[in-house]
Amino acid sequence: MSTGLYTQLLDLACGAFLLAAVIVLWVRELTAIVRVFALQGISLAALAVLLGGHEHRWDLVGVGVGIGLLRAGVLPHLMRRALAVLTADRQRYGTAATETRETQPLINVAASLLTAALLTLLAYAVARPLTELHPTPATRALPVGLAVVLIGFFVLVTRRRALSQVVGFLLLDNGITATAFLATSGVPLIVELGVSFDVLLAVLVLQILTTRMREAFGTTDIDDLRELHD
Amino acid sequence: MSPTASALLLTAPAAVPLAVAGAYALAAPRTRTSAAAFAAALTEARQRVPAPGSVLVEEAPEPTNVPQRHWRDWAGLVSPAVVLACGSLLAREVVDGRPRRAYSGLLRADALTAWMLLVVGAVALIACGSAPAYLRGERDAVRASERTVWRYHVLVQAFLGAMCLAVVTANLGVLWVAIEATTIVTAFLVGHRRTRTSVEAAWKYVVICSAGIALAFLGTVLIYYAAREAGIAEAWALDWPTLVAHAGRLDPAVTRLGITLIILGFGAKAGLIPLHAWLPDAHSQAPAPVSALMSGVLLSVAFAAILRYRVIANAALGAGFTRVLLAGIALLTLALAAGLLLAQRDYKRMLAYSSMEHMSLIALAAAIGSPLALSAALLHIAGHGLAKSVAFCASGRILQLTGTARIGRVRGLIAQAPPLAGVFGLAVLALMAFPPFSLFASELGIARAGFAAGTGLSWVTAAALLLVLVAFAALTARTARMLLGPGTPVEESPSGLWPLALGLAAGAALGVATGPLTDLLHAAARAIGG
Repeated sequence: MSTGLYTQLLDLACGAFLLAAVIVLWVRELTAIVRVFALQGISLAALAVLLGGHEHRWDLVGVGVGIGLLRAGVLPHLMRRALAVLTADRQRYGTAATETRETQPLINVAASLLTAALLTLLAYAVARPLTELHPTPATRALPVGLAVVLIGFFVLVTRRRALSQVVGFLLLDNGITATAFLATSGVPLIVELGVSFDVLLAVLVLQILTTRMREAFGTTDIDDLRELHD
Repeated sequence: MSPTASALLLTAPAAVPLAVAGAYALAAPRTRTSAAAFAAALTEARQRVPAPGSVLVEEAPEPTNVPQRHWRDWAGLVSPAVVLACGSLLAREVVDGRPRRAYSGLLRADALTAWMLLVVGAVALIACGSAPAYLRGERDAVRASERTVWRYHVLVQAFLGAMCLAVVTANLGVLWVAIEATTIVTAFLVGHRRTRTSVEAAWKYVVICSAGIALAFLGTVLIYYAAREAGIAEAWALDWPTLVAHAGRLDPAVTRLGITLIILGFGAKAGLIPLHAWLPDAHSQAPAPVSALMSGVLLSVAFAAILRYRVIANAALGAGFTRVLLAGIALLTLALAAGLLLAQRDYKRMLAYSSMEHMSLIALAAAIGSPLALSAALLHIAGHGLAKSVAFCASGRILQLTGTARIGRVRGLIAQAPPLAGVFGLAVLALMAFPPFSLFASELGIARAGFAAGTGLSWVTAAALLLVLVAFAALTARTARMLLGPGTPVEESPSGLWPLALGLAAGAALGVATGPLTDLLHAAARAIGG
């Protein structure tokens, strides 16, 4: 693969990665959000495979494929199943939509998109020393990873549906994984395995807790979690 | 010691609790193909519709398996005993300052490891020792079924294993994985009741801790990046001793960003500002022995990670950076904890905020960073672990006895149940740093080190002492309200209180003289730059 083509493909993958995070802020339908998240998982896997192919490191290609399976296959599947459980008994009353839509985020869509732009700028400012340390096409794309981390945090604090918070957490995690790939072609395999396993378990735990939240509160609106306070 | 023996000593603290967890998982009360606690929890969450009638039938005690059941509750003591034994054997080996390694450096024990293993073992002994009495109380009140008890045992043992792994590993990536694993296994312990409060606490706990600790992972990645660029090979770029040895070569700008994220991230797990909001909720909702473990050691295990990274940061950036960061975080956390202690109406939340108070004192000691301060911080970790686990276990019994966690509804405990009230009162006295308990010695040490460290830190220490005084007043008033007053004596056998008495005795003994542990304490402080 020529260097020019490699750089272009890398930038394409990073662009798709960032775009997916921004679209998550834009759409409100949770099923659509999950679909976009799966697309982001594919671009993340493409990123890893591309880096592995460029450096002729086949273990990295393997890790990329594994990450693709986890983040574009297993995790979206888990979230779709959680959504199905949440809406299953609501269809009769025609109120299913309230559970699967981010009806009233804390900050409206226009302001969210504007914030995403500001967060991306912030990521570029923060990542300056990181890029300067070792400028390559990959490290020049580092701000994208950090921008997705920041957007993930933003989703986590401003969205009110339990499942949107899970998406925020996963965006955060995707951003960190992308940062790891772009900076150092990924962390050592044992750590990568441990991290993926932890993320998978965390999502499973959150999925169960969402179901329990529905049983206990009758809704998955985070604003209703106000029993414990000082 | 032969390499095999040290490998065994290093493996056992993490492997034995995990093996015990596996054994519990296999001994499921009902036949179930999947042994993993997690899968069971998963399916159960879906299948079980809460129907009070059927639950009552299911939970009715079956006289035939009573002896077996109790035997099972006591089997949990195996892991703390093994952790304590390995900790003491390792302590003897590493006290001369030469660390032991195993599995090409993946596991490593220095004096800090041995010290933390001893603390984990001691606190786990108190928690697991008081668990049978606690579980008996829950069964008698028909709040716990055989399945919840079974799940409790599996998860607690897995929790212990993950914590020990975090202590014995030298690989900073594995350290992160182990600490995140503690969040996951304790999630269902926090949310064990399925009530609104319990689900809310579990949700906040998982979301805040996972997001917070994700920041620490980003920091780990950045440190790894800096290490790779400094020419350290991939296999060693997350190895703590290697990083400490080559810290001078790390890029300062990248390291600064990484360390900030790491302190915020592991700080979330250690109950420090700004990601502390999960702590009072989780500690008040978890079963008492689990609160004891979480407050007594999980917070300090997370803080031990910060202590490790602090050595790297100080070598790469100079001591000023972490000092300002940690002192600022410590003071803010202390102010918040003291303020909320004043307005507290729930005694388990009161103990939780007291944990934040003590963690911020440890953070302050780490900010001061002199040998005296670091020794005092480690002694404080031990003293706080012992006193807080006793206090939480006693509070669990009080909750079973009175049926309420509100301070205003508990009155005259000394008249009602003198042994229990005595243990709880003494534990709170220990937390208020009364002599002879070791928290007195360590707080004195931190204060002395702070006033000797220069004007800036003297002011910080003075402010901290003032806030500690506020917390002291709040704890005194609340506890006195609970203990004193008229009450009718209740039937309460003091036989279940022996682990708590043992914990108090250990705390007091540690305060009078550290004895054979003195060398270990100083060696541990030296290992983290004291």
